[in-house]
Amino acid sequence: MQKSLKRYFPVFAFPTLAAFTIGFFIPFVMGIYLSFCKFTTVTDAKFIGIGNYLKILSDRTFLHSLWYTAAFTIVSMVLINVLAFTVAMLLTKGIQGTNAFRTVFFMPNLIGGIVLGYIWQLLLNGILANFQKTLTYNSAYGFWGLVVLMCWQQIGYMMIIYISGIQNVPGELIEAAKIDGARPAQILFHVTIPMVMPSITICTFLTLTNGFKLFDQNLALTNGEPSSMSELLALNIFNTFYGRTGYEGVGQAKAVIFFILVALIAIIQTRLTRTKEVQH
Amino acid sequence: MGVRKAKHGFAWSIFFALLSAAWVFPILLVIVNSFKKKVYISRKPFEIPIGKMFVGFENYLRGIEKIQFFDALKNSLFITVCSVAVIILCTSMCAWYISRVKSPFSTGMYYLCLFSMIVPFQMVMFTLSKLANMLHLYNPVGIILVYLGFGAGLSVFMFCGFVRGIPLEIEEAAMIDGCTPIQTFFQVVFPILKPTCITVAILQAMWIWNDYLLPYLVLDIKRFKTVPIAIQYLRGGYGSVDMGAMMAMLVLAIIPIVVFYIFCQKYIIEGVVAGAVKG
Repeated sequence: MQKSLKRYFPVFAFPTLAAFTIGFFIPFVMGIYLSFCKFTTVTDAKFIGIGNYLKILSDRTFLHSLWYTAAFTIVSMVLINVLAFTVAMLLTKGIQGTNAFRTVFFMPNLIGGIVLGYIWQLLLNGILANFQKTLTYNSAYGFWGLVVLMCWQQIGYMMIIYISGIQNVPGELIEAAKIDGARPAQILFHVTIPMVMPSITICTFLTLTNGFKLFDQNLALTNGEPSSMSELLALNIFNTFYGRTGYEGVGQAKAVIFFILVALIAIIQTRLTRTKEVQH
Repeated sequence: MGVRKAKHGFAWSIFFALLSAAWVFPILLVIVNSFKKKVYISRKPFEIPIGKMFVGFENYLRGIEKIQFFDALKNSLFITVCSVAVIILCTSMCAWYISRVKSPFSTGMYYLCLFSMIVPFQMVMFTLSKLANMLHLYNPVGIILVYLGFGAGLSVFMFCGFVRGIPLEIEEAAMIDGCTPIQTFFQVVFPILKPTCITVAILQAMWIWNDYLLPYLVLDIKRFKTVPIAIQYLRGGYGSVDMGAMMAMLVLAIIPIVVFYIFCQKYIIEGVVAGAVKG
């Protein structure tokens, strides 16, 4: 079978391979190369070594956005996961109307980041107007605005994943723990949480990478204002590319660093939580 | 005991009903404001539009005209539906090929797909948009190829995970009975892959429909806007934003998604769960 299938390579594998090469592979390799070049478009690139990377070190907006992004990612990851898990626990207890609640909580996920950003801009600016402030008054408002927005959007998604994880915990295990005299808190921390560890791995992974890569919501909600102080990394990179001419190389170098950070986070996070998963 | 438990459950039901109401409040607020005269939206966002604040569908008409909303909707629909269809077809075929043909190419392709899933779009956005431009992919048909390329990683990975679970005997039997690989794939393998197709379709559709940056950089946006681009365009460069048109367009952008959600809810939620397990 292998042999006859092999002859059909052009039909089966070629279209995806070609698109993948154009849509991912060439841009990726070229991106790495260009981060060591000075250029305004891809055809006039001149190799300059690590000059672009050195320039980043003195770029204060980048360093600020790095810390801002790290803080935002951690805060939103913790909040989203704790709240989503709590809601999932409650919604697996057979409360009346569970399905309707689930439907409502999940809905914001289907709405795109740009639309979400403007929805929350209206609401939060409306509330802040009572205190004569706006979201762009200082970067802390933009920060918490973004955290609230992301919680609203992602709790539903993570809740769905946690619910399926919790429903897969065998009932006998909980019963056995109850008979052995375990208190509810003990059951939660020693039975339920270890058993849903795969879901926790996935949800923390998703919230971490989503938070770190966030762009649309940031653009729509505050657009980095006041003066780039509420800029997340992705928006900072975008503005370096398209906001200042002559900085394309620096933008690409930032993008490479961004990629390395995302990859590191993904790898470390999966390692850390995978080791806590129970084999069964 | 039984009575107490029921009482408890009832209290929780009320709690969640209130929480649900809070959850939809931001969307309701936008709907309410879309009927308000534009100068009052920023000043009095929480008031019900009555009397001189109420403008009917004026905001909608102005917004639709300003950003050519229905053209944008048409583009978004076309791009999303076609891209998802092409992704499903091409990546499922590719995944079957690389799972069944053992060669360095197959292994390499599989790991490249896995790798591409963790690469953020910013890493390739500049080079990808220039390359797409050079290859004249800046129209709604060309962008399908870009989506196939950038979305291939996740889909190939998910299809591969599923194909491995299909017993080889079924396919071999079909081949012995005289099926060509193409017939075997479409008549035997593809029907078995259906649940994964739905999962992949939902995850990709959610991404492509809402995607802003990729179409913004790849498409010739003077001619082709998608819904997120049109909405961002409404904010414009300078000067005050027409809040009335903005609210109306947000509502129009949300309606198709909510309708779609209500009809396909079961599949969407199942798709998300299945996608998470594999991812």
